[in-house]
Amino acid sequence: MNYIAVQKEPFDIAAEQNALRADNPGIGAVVTFAGLMRDMNEGDQVSSMTLEHYPGMTEKALAEIVEEADQRWDLLGIRVIHRVGELNPMDPIVLVAVASAHRGEAFRACEFVIDYLKTRAPFWKKEKTPEGERWVDARHSDDEAEQRWQR
Amino acid sequence: MINVLYFARLREQLDTESEQLDIAAGSTLADVLTMLRSRGGVWADTFAEDQLIMMAVNQEMTEIDAAVSEGDEVAFFPPVTGG
Repeated sequence: MNYIAVQKEPFDIAAEQNALRADNPGIGAVVTFAGLMRDMNEGDQVSSMTLEHYPGMTEKALAEIVEEADQRWDLLGIRVIHRVGELNPMDPIVLVAVASAHRGEAFRACEFVIDYLKTRAPFWKKEKTPEGERWVDARHSDDEAEQRWQR
Repeated sequence: MINVLYFARLREQLDTESEQLDIAAGSTLADVLTMLRSRGGVWADTFAEDQLIMMAVNQEMTEIDAAVSEGDEVAFFPPVTGG
């Protein structure tokens, strides 16, 4: 079962993994990526962050990414949760959990989903530093990570 | 009329979240951008040719040559930084 959520509320990583594999004895592997908020970026201390998104399009973009992962690999469930609003250092920001019968498919699909999410889902981070607020710039390395999956 | 949305840095620079625009039949996103730039000032700066702007029509990411029709939802935003 696939599940996608864009939410303000924090999530519990273990609880999400359990929900993903509940009631399916065919699942032999769960691979989870959890993205966390760091207290440093570009050499500056970051005290908090606000995540903005494009309601409607965000959910659609995530659904398309999940569907593509399902088409590419033999999976038994994908769970994507992304938080929006105010975040503090150490907070989980995003969770991508993928279940499959064997580990290889889940590992690859998990990395694919987060790589695509980074460049295709409309979220924007604004961070608070001692010098004031600033929008986070997109990273070239994220584009390269996405391009590895193009075919 | 089309509904135009601005997000993140663009929304702040333009001090505009959304607006309705009249467009000519057969318009593309390039035509919408030309219209916005012609307002001058912060609009010309924000949408200058060297600015990296992403765009969507009806909530699908697309390119500058995409067609825009009556009733469409168009969005302009900076490169995304989620995850």
